Amino acid sequence: MPKNPNVKRVMVIGSGPIVIGQAAEFDYAGTQACRSLKEEGVEVILVNSNPATIMTDRDIADKVYIEPLTIKVLEQIIEKEKPDSILPTLGGQAGLNLGMELEESGFLASHNVTLLGTTAATIRNAEGRQEFKDLMERIGEPCAPSQVVETVEDGIAFTNEIGYPVVLRPAYTLGGSGGGIAHNQAELCEILENGLRLSRVGQVLVERCIAGWKEIEYEVMRDSAGNCITVCNMENIDPVGVHTGDSIVVAPSQTLGDKEYQMLRSSALNIINELGITGGCNVQFALHPESFEYCVIEVNPRVSRSSALASKATGYPIAKVAAKIALGYTLDEIKNAITGKTYASFEPALDYCVVKMPRLPFDKFITAKRTLTTQMKATGEVMSICTNFEGALMKAIRSLEQHVDCLRSYDFSDLSREDLLERLTKVDDQRIWVIAEALRKGISYDEIHDITKIDKWFIDKIAIIVEMEDALEKGPFTLELLREAKRMEFPDNVIARLVKDMTEADIKKMRYENGITAVFKIVDTCAAEFEAATPYYYSCYGGECEAKGEKTRKKVLVLGSGPIRIGQGIEFDYCSVHATWSFSKAGYETIIINNNPETVSTDFDIADKLYFEPLTPEDVENIVNIEKPDGAVVQFGGQTAIKLTESLMKMGVPILGTKAEDVDAAEDRELFDEILQKTEIPRAAGGTVYTAEEAKAVANRLGYPVLVRPSYVLGGQGMQIATNDEEIEVFMEIINRIAQDHPILVDKYLQGKEIEVDAVCDGEDILIPGIMEHIERTGIHSGDSISVYPAPTINQTVKEKIAEYTRRLAMALHVKGLINIQFIAIGEEVYVIEVNPRSSRTVPYISKVTGIPIVDLATEVILGHTIKELGYKPGLQPEAAYFAIKMPVFSFEKIRGAEISLGPEMKSTGECLGIAKTFNEALYKAFLGAGVVLPRHKQMIMTVKDADKTEAVEIGRRFADLGYTIYATRSTAKALADAGVKVRKINKISQESPNVMDLLLGHKIDLVIDTPTQGRDKSRDGFLIRRTAIETGVYCITAMDTANALVTSLENAAEELSLVDVASL
Amino acid sequence: MKAFLILEDGTVFEGVSIGARKEIISEIVFNTSMAGYLEVLTDPSYAGQAVCMTYPLIGNYGICREDAESKRPWPDGFIVRELSRIPSNFRSDLSIQEYLEEYDVPGIAGIDTRALVRILREKGTMNGMITTNEHYNLEEVLPKLKSYTTGNVVEKVTCSEKSVLNPGGTYKVALMDFGAKNNIPKSLAKRGCEVTIYPALTTAEEILGTNPDGIMLSNGPGDPKECKSIIAEIKKLYDSDVPIFAICLGHQLMALATGADTYKLKYGHRGGNHPVKDLKTGRVYISSQNHGYVVDMDRLDPTIAVPAFVNVNDGTNEGLAYTGKNIFTVQYHPEACPGPQDSGYLFDRFIDMMKENKEGGKDNA
Repeated sequence: MPKNPNVKRVMVIGSGPIVIGQAAEFDYAGTQACRSLKEEGVEVILVNSNPATIMTDRDIADKVYIEPLTIKVLEQIIEKEKPDSILPTLGGQAGLNLGMELEESGFLASHNVTLLGTTAATIRNAEGRQEFKDLMERIGEPCAPSQVVETVEDGIAFTNEIGYPVVLRPAYTLGGSGGGIAHNQAELCEILENGLRLSRVGQVLVERCIAGWKEIEYEVMRDSAGNCITVCNMENIDPVGVHTGDSIVVAPSQTLGDKEYQMLRSSALNIINELGITGGCNVQFALHPESFEYCVIEVNPRVSRSSALASKATGYPIAKVAAKIALGYTLDEIKNAITGKTYASFEPALDYCVVKMPRLPFDKFITAKRTLTTQMKATGEVMSICTNFEGALMKAIRSLEQHVDCLRSYDFSDLSREDLLERLTKVDDQRIWVIAEALRKGISYDEIHDITKIDKWFIDKIAIIVEMEDALEKGPFTLELLREAKRMEFPDNVIARLVKDMTEADIKKMRYENGITAVFKIVDTCAAEFEAATPYYYSCYGGECEAKGEKTRKKVLVLGSGPIRIGQGIEFDYCSVHATWSFSKAGYETIIINNNPETVSTDFDIADKLYFEPLTPEDVENIVNIEKPDGAVVQFGGQTAIKLTESLMKMGVPILGTKAEDVDAAEDRELFDEILQKTEIPRAAGGTVYTAEEAKAVANRLGYPVLVRPSYVLGGQGMQIATNDEEIEVFMEIINRIAQDHPILVDKYLQGKEIEVDAVCDGEDILIPGIMEHIERTGIHSGDSISVYPAPTINQTVKEKIAEYTRRLAMALHVKGLINIQFIAIGEEVYVIEVNPRSSRTVPYISKVTGIPIVDLATEVILGHTIKELGYKPGLQPEAAYFAIKMPVFSFEKIRGAEISLGPEMKSTGECLGIAKTFNEALYKAFLGAGVVLPRHKQMIMTVKDADKTEAVEIGRRFADLGYTIYATRSTAKALADAGVKVRKINKISQESPNVMDLLLGHKIDLVIDTPTQGRDKSRDGFLIRRTAIETGVYCITAMDTANALVTSLENAAEELSLVDVASL
Repeated sequence: MKAFLILEDGTVFEGVSIGARKEIISEIVFNTSMAGYLEVLTDPSYAGQAVCMTYPLIGNYGICREDAESKRPWPDGFIVRELSRIPSNFRSDLSIQEYLEEYDVPGIAGIDTRALVRILREKGTMNGMITTNEHYNLEEVLPKLKSYTTGNVVEKVTCSEKSVLNPGGTYKVALMDFGAKNNIPKSLAKRGCEVTIYPALTTAEEILGTNPDGIMLSNGPGDPKECKSIIAEIKKLYDSDVPIFAICLGHQLMALATGADTYKLKYGHRGGNHPVKDLKTGRVYISSQNHGYVVDMDRLDPTIAVPAFVNVNDGTNEGLAYTGKNIFTVQYHPEACPGPQDSGYLFDRFIDMMKENKEGGKDNA
């Protein structure tokens, strides 16, 4: 069927801020879909509150609304833009829910807007628990016995019928949010209560626990004519019980015979047909490991994280095809862009093995429980490809950038056999390392399998890697052994660590002398059956190299940013992709190296060549050896890319843009101090240290409080404010748990306004698109602060000073390209906090709101053009007519036990933007976009530290004026009452009921303002209040500045919002 | 032990020996199915060929004997990138290594199978040798490779005497076994047919003499044009009014019997992912495929047969409908095993055809 001619203007709903369970994959899917729609001549109106995305670029959509994703806003946009259709299946669960609400309310029908692709009835059948169960029963597809409940009592009653343990899954939530396994009534009540509240429709599915079964997924496509294919299937190494987002996943399935494979494939097709889905769909199964019994776990009638993974694993562009199907095309009419010969109705055949590993945030949340459950906790993931499983696993491990590179990276050698058996029962992110140690201690496959339920095939593979480690360690170290170790993708540094008396350089020399070098194979969707038109490569050892490295024009290597993690998010993918496009425009052949399957940068048609590889020096060198690029850019890929600078230089690859030594100068304390002295720019006094003793000495010299942080990190990893010697010891111990290559910095903590600037420098001039000011005072990481452009409270003198300091620093550091600087403004004094001669988190946002394409300009500058040549007047650019406020978004509710109070270490997972003509409206939109929808019950709790009491009084008064009932603990209540603010005193947790906890659990509280004492708060009370607030869905603020902003926003809440088309700025 | 795969064009791959330690010469083909290696090994259509699996990890779930599609493995040799060290499946009876040894099938592992496939794709299917002799002499080997032909392999793989499956079934189907996969009679039996399986060289007279409700022509190995006497018998079946459904070789033989032509594809279709369009409904199905020859669509006489199914990728013929006859034939494998089960509906279509024919016949009587 050809394209539907009635579809001319399509509104695409994005997924909003990045949170755990809904990450960069939707930028990838959305971007691909928008490009696919535009390719067909369809006008695209895009709505997404997330400014860090590529999909919100003016070249991706015709109209771009970076507005809060609420029904009201979407309705306004529909009224203004009059689309004929909307596509809600590309924006994750958030987009789908919004699309459904618009449809169910009749708004779409009354405005003649059609829901494209899958119909509302289908979505209801797939998403509504009872509807889905009924449908499955009707078509004879088995589900685990289950019941949808709306009350805890019903849940208990049903569970008593089917017996414990049970799995709980709230309807319409993200990443299994609020779900879990309950083994007894207490657990059931806790999880159920939470789940009922989190579910949009107040429903939770109580289900027979099938933990331990094999978890298998199929990615299925179906068109309007009813043609269906499966793009790929995937097997979770972690059996049912761990959310697939947190599992190690392999594609295709490894332990299924054709009978099992086809049984589940047929079932998946049966389901998608019966549901009548048009587009992409994900079906999850649990397969009994010792029979053909299976259960359908769930169906996602939309593009998902798994579909992004399946797209990258196979080369089949699911989102692109889904968009074409939505326009009316059938699978046999859509060409496969990878081969150019086959059609979208061809099922990919893999001739390699893919491993996905989750990137978990436990390095950020050290107090959090590492346990993995049905509640997803990963912030991102890595994927690797190899011709064997061992190699794919080894590559995935080192792609994680978590200081792991082999199965010895976590040391469990001091655990006894009994300890290990006990430890194996714990399901966490270190499980494969525990299994490795268990194998070393001679624990049998059967014993490990009985405890973990992990298939013995995978256990054997881990054993093969362990045996190789032993063989390398024991010797003799032969050429054959080296060849075999490389086949399994052991990196040289790991081999050198294991082999006696050999250095990494020795290993490399031995390899090169004997021709043991990596070869590259193509991901072509068809196992080489047809010639591929798209160079999408992965490496392996042994055999023919299909990458020829032909040279037709100048080549540039763009290093990606690896897995999405707190501190290094999607912004860096935005920068990498834009830089790639700019180099391409300038006539370069572009080569991207990255390992993140969720991103736009790893789409096969972004760069001329894509290498899906770990970002380590050795892996990059393998590519350099083949491609011999004329240069590499590292300033766009975040810290991951920056870290490779030195290695690239050693390989003889010129670094384009700012030189490595200048990058060092910005990070190296002494060199940087010299520069500051020369440029006469003040900074907080400080020193560099290695040990806790040295740190304490420096701190006492400076006087507390001090800021302690490692150098060369992003997102303030390990950064803390210490107020006494004891805290220094704690923080230094945490930092030094990982061997530090660079000294640790101890600085005097200055409190003032935090200012941030991104600039482009061409060596002569600088261009500053704008100055951003943080709402929160210094001490809270810039990524976690509310950031306002243009800076609202600093005067012209300060702005000029900042521009001038920026110019001086950029010149002194010989910056060619991007620079990001953070300042403290105290009165009219300006101090520099830190300088990063690279792209930053704020680049996409400031580019969009100023209309200045910063990454493109930086790329042009790197290529030798000047700012003046590019048509810009150097210096600080005139301020835009809009206020743009970036609001951080957190995923605290997903990470049990995580400390939520803000500090110098970044904790947010994403951000949204509020943009409006006035500061107040922009602020209101920003809070709205972050999901802070107040008021509801108009009741709040305040408990603040002494230093904040004066401010708390004013803020309390304003909330009271808005009609809020304020509950406060003793001293805060006293401060408020003394100042004449109406307040109700409430007992602390440690005191008798009714206390703060009872109040929270009463579900009648909108807001908690709890400011912890400086430094890492050890008060169990405060921590409990904050955690309980988060877990019961109460908005919790830990800084007075944020509270102040919120009350301002509420005072200015508007019924009707003004809309801004960012593409027209 | 080292093993070598030597191709007709002089390319030599060095790997390790798996299965039996014997030297073989065969036609080298590749299969892109990611699972179902036992079904591939036991598909009689591979007689006279050595199969390379493009999926690199083979043997993961061992050998479950009940999944075999015939009584033994048929390929002359088996070529894989990596054999699993342990089989892991609750139904596994033995490892693939043991299975190959049991049936004296040699093989080679540890070679760059993708490079092999790229050669076959570029240069077309060719012959090759698997040997463990390190002192092979290319000058002697290559002429031997060039002269190898699969020959008339149907006689090698067909059953020696007739047998009946599901006696007493509603429809009596005569299945001509040219190397039938087990799931063909099973698929018919499951739909209530009594299936009588005949050796390939059974005469048309004998079959028609039993008054079957329908005739099924099976898949099988080799060049269809080698099957001269069978083709002559099939012409007689065509001339009868008995509904006929044919798969793969059976489909080619029916085409040849009725004046059409076949030719050899450059490197064949072998796998479980090819899209086939049913021209009657416009629907596309993912199919299980295993064929090196194909019916020449350009030389069809529309008064005899018209294309009914076509391969979406390369536009080659995937099935025919015979004009004015209760006959339809497909190039691919609705019986799956290995591969997608999407085309099982074709057996239903055959049943319907027999039903209508039977009832129509009653009306006439």
